Amino acid sequence: MLTAQRYAREIPQRYRLEAGKCKKCGEIFFPPRLICAKCKGREFETVKLSDEGKVITYTVIRVPPTPFADEAPYAIGIVELKDGVRITTQIVDCELDKIKVGMPVRIEFRKILQEGSAGILCYGYKCVPA
Amino acid sequence: MREVAVIGVGMTKWGELWEKSFRQIFVEAALNAIDDAGVDRVDSMYVGTMSSGIFVGQEHVGALLADYLGLAPIPATRVESACASGGAAVRQGFIEVASGTSEIVLVGGVEKMTDLSAGETTYALATAADQEYEVYHGITFPGLYALIARAHMEQFGTTREQMASVAVKNHFHGHMNPNAQYPFEVTKEAVLNSSKVADPLTLLDCSPITDGSAAIILCPVELAKKISKKPIVKIIGTAQATDTIALHSRKDLTWLKSTADAAEKAYKMAEKTPKDIQVAEIHDCFTIAEICVTEALGFFERGEGGKAAEEGRTTLCRGGTPVNTSGGLKSKGHPIGATGVAQVVEITQQLRGEAGERQETGARVGLTQNMGGTGASTVVHILETD
Repeated sequence: MLTAQRYAREIPQRYRLEAGKCKKCGEIFFPPRLICAKCKGREFETVKLSDEGKVITYTVIRVPPTPFADEAPYAIGIVELKDGVRITTQIVDCELDKIKVGMPVRIEFRKILQEGSAGILCYGYKCVPA
Repeated sequence: MREVAVIGVGMTKWGELWEKSFRQIFVEAALNAIDDAGVDRVDSMYVGTMSSGIFVGQEHVGALLADYLGLAPIPATRVESACASGGAAVRQGFIEVASGTSEIVLVGGVEKMTDLSAGETTYALATAADQEYEVYHGITFPGLYALIARAHMEQFGTTREQMASVAVKNHFHGHMNPNAQYPFEVTKEAVLNSSKVADPLTLLDCSPITDGSAAIILCPVELAKKISKKPIVKIIGTAQATDTIALHSRKDLTWLKSTADAAEKAYKMAEKTPKDIQVAEIHDCFTIAEICVTEALGFFERGEGGKAAEEGRTTLCRGGTPVNTSGGLKSKGHPIGATGVAQVVEITQQLRGEAGERQETGARVGLTQNMGGTGASTVVHILETD
């Protein structure tokens, strides 16, 4: 169950692509963390992720989970952004058979799903061909 | 640290067991293990289960199952590591016996999955991935392994036919296992032409939804020599490792680092190398998983896992290292928490020479590899008989 509190906590990441950059070694974490997995540094600055990247791998979901029941088939992939950070995101506004590994993409703000019987809209990032 | 033996193993027929409850399937397997061991007492128990809370609305299952086994007031603890819950429970049981804390420990695994709808089951399984940064975007477990499959195909030229050959081989093994959920053979064409789930994976690339349980009895080797009438099977290596929870956080999507890390430690502890392993039960939740695991365990070079499966180097009695002689998760079934325990059941039966039709001749050293999520957890055990 996606509660309002749980949703609200992720808004900076999902709406604004806010990440944490380790002040000691420069590694960027998305979502932000409290301790750097690389150098154990504990001080971070908030940075905004690049909105450009490329597809590293992808799939087309034919058997969807319940919240996405009306959307299948849809494409989802791992995208590497220009700052080196990788994210899992849907690939939209593109014919499913045109998607290729290495394809340049751009991140856009989109509706992700409708939650529960009331159909509350939940937002976040998806990528489109660049 | 004391040496630890597996002196009893138990399983029941796996499948869609609508007429049987969570507690019933567990108790049946546990009693089989107790009878197999011939022990009249158990000092402590561990239960691997991933998501009884979602599947049957039941937590606190250590106490529940000890109660229904008639074992209260012994200590009983649930262990959870997603799909590696069973393997993690075995490891806890090993540690408890090795440390001298308890003499006779029962380790069980159980999952009752078929009460829920397909959508609810998909949701329960997806809790093993990163809810906020993977699942939120519409990914499923077949989808995550499809991402690995695509990357493996791009990186090494692995083919769909090679993946299908893993399913064909595991169903060939499983058709000789009376406890398997799907004890029948499938053809390569059937795998390739089955319905699409998450491209490039099809339905027969995926392990099924299963109700089932498995249990083992552990005790010190010295005690086993006194009370056991069966060949003594020792656990000579145990290791567990973790990796990033999200698949996308890994620089190398096709390298199961937690499996490689756990295997390295387990080989070292057991003083064995991959070449010494004569039979292995590994986590083939999807065909591509088995290919990646055989590489991470060092059975084959990187990128060669698909080719090796296709060439029959992981098939029974073909001179290689038979993998998933039980039928694996693919044919035997995958009741999440039970899987890692059932792997030890199969290897123990193989090392005792009790595997019947699917016996690998002369197997003395075996390995189990149980993995959670997309490889964020792995547990490896190495077993040996004299």
